Amino acid sequence: MAEVDKDKLYQFLLRMGDNTLILGHRVSEWCGHSPVLEEDIALANTALDLIGQTQMWLGYAGEVQGEGKSADDLAFLRDAWDFRNVLLVELPNGDFGRTMMRQFLYDAWSSIMLGHLQKSTDERIAAIAAKASKEAAYHVERSSGTVVGLGDGTEESHNRMQAALDYLWPYVGEMFASDEIDLAMAAAGIAPDPANLRDEYDALVGRVLDEATLAIPAGNYVHKGGRDGRMHTEHLGHLLCEMQWLQRAYPGCEW
Amino acid sequence: MTEKPSVDQIREWLDAVPDPEIPVISLMDLGVIRDVAWEGDTLVVQVTPTYSGCPATSVINMDIETALRDRGIEKLELRQQLSPPWTTDWLSEKGRAALEKYGIAPPQPAGGPDRCPHCGGADLEKLSQFGSTPCKAQWRCRDCLEPFEYFKCI
Ligand SMILES: [Zn+2]
Repeated sequence: MAEVDKDKLYQFLLRMGDNTLILGHRVSEWCGHSPVLEEDIALANTALDLIGQTQMWLGYAGEVQGEGKSADDLAFLRDAWDFRNVLLVELPNGDFGRTMMRQFLYDAWSSIMLGHLQKSTDERIAAIAAKASKEAAYHVERSSGTVVGLGDGTEESHNRMQAALDYLWPYVGEMFASDEIDLAMAAAGIAPDPANLRDEYDALVGRVLDEATLAIPAGNYVHKGGRDGRMHTEHLGHLLCEMQWLQRAYPGCEW
Repeated sequence: MTEKPSVDQIREWLDAVPDPEIPVISLMDLGVIRDVAWEGDTLVVQVTPTYSGCPATSVINMDIETALRDRGIEKLELRQQLSPPWTTDWLSEKGRAALEKYGIAPPQPAGGPDRCPHCGGADLEKLSQFGSTPCKAQWRCRDCLEPFEYFKCI
């Protein structure tokens, strides 16, 4: 492996692990509230996979950081401004349609990204990606099927899915906005430059949205600020307030 | 302990430890025990997770430890091995047969069950890609109308 700045590698791992952590928590909020039992179980299982992936990413992040922190420490004892997830995953669930649209837009990126990461020069990252990509492939199969089913469904479900896409689309661009951390990872062969994944993503997403009879909204505006920590939405603080409550109220409490 | 038990002996002991969620198959059948080896006087067992978030993973580790300590193994180290990732190909033939007898259709390369574990019928439909544990999906047989679980193929 080429020499790489430890802090940049740490930031990259936080980005991966915070995406799965925050989305995993959001999806888990559906537990017991889904429209039908099968969907409830499916969402809870998806959340579980994402939290499992978080343990691998943040576990490695803690080792790279070298301050003796565990995945749990990083998940429960950082504040909003230290999180490096994209804004897309912290957005509130909305209705079931919006949750599934968000899941699809994320799964498509994740399945492509993990495919590339399996070739990482960092063996640990390649191993995590090989493990996680099997789960991501299963997730995108389900979320794309649901987007097609609801998009090309009744008038009501179609309208809701189009509204979800209109709302979420401006958050998609952040997944492909590269900065100096991404360039350092790409130069070391650790991770692809996210900007180079966009064509693959547009092809996959375009195919599914076509089949779903949904139209990508016009306009190029992109909401950013999550993966570099510059500015999260107000929603992240509320999410952390709930997710971190136990460790904040009873520091060091163990299961 | 006077003499170190052989690796084959230890594998046999582990083949008696049931999977915590599907107790009709053993941990050896499930294929999560990647390697058993002595390093000096320490027994090293390499364990691979099925699904990364599977809550059974920690129970599996605890069960391995308990089973081997009961057999007198004092120095034991469990190592997590991620690569190559676990797939359903690691399930043993014995395990696949036990699953079907128990009412869970074993994984198939085609991605869906080949017959109903209750009546053997082949007219099947998928109810949900996910089931009661991360490793299973829900299906139904149109011949006997019974629902059943299918061990997902990954
Ligand atoms: Zn049947």
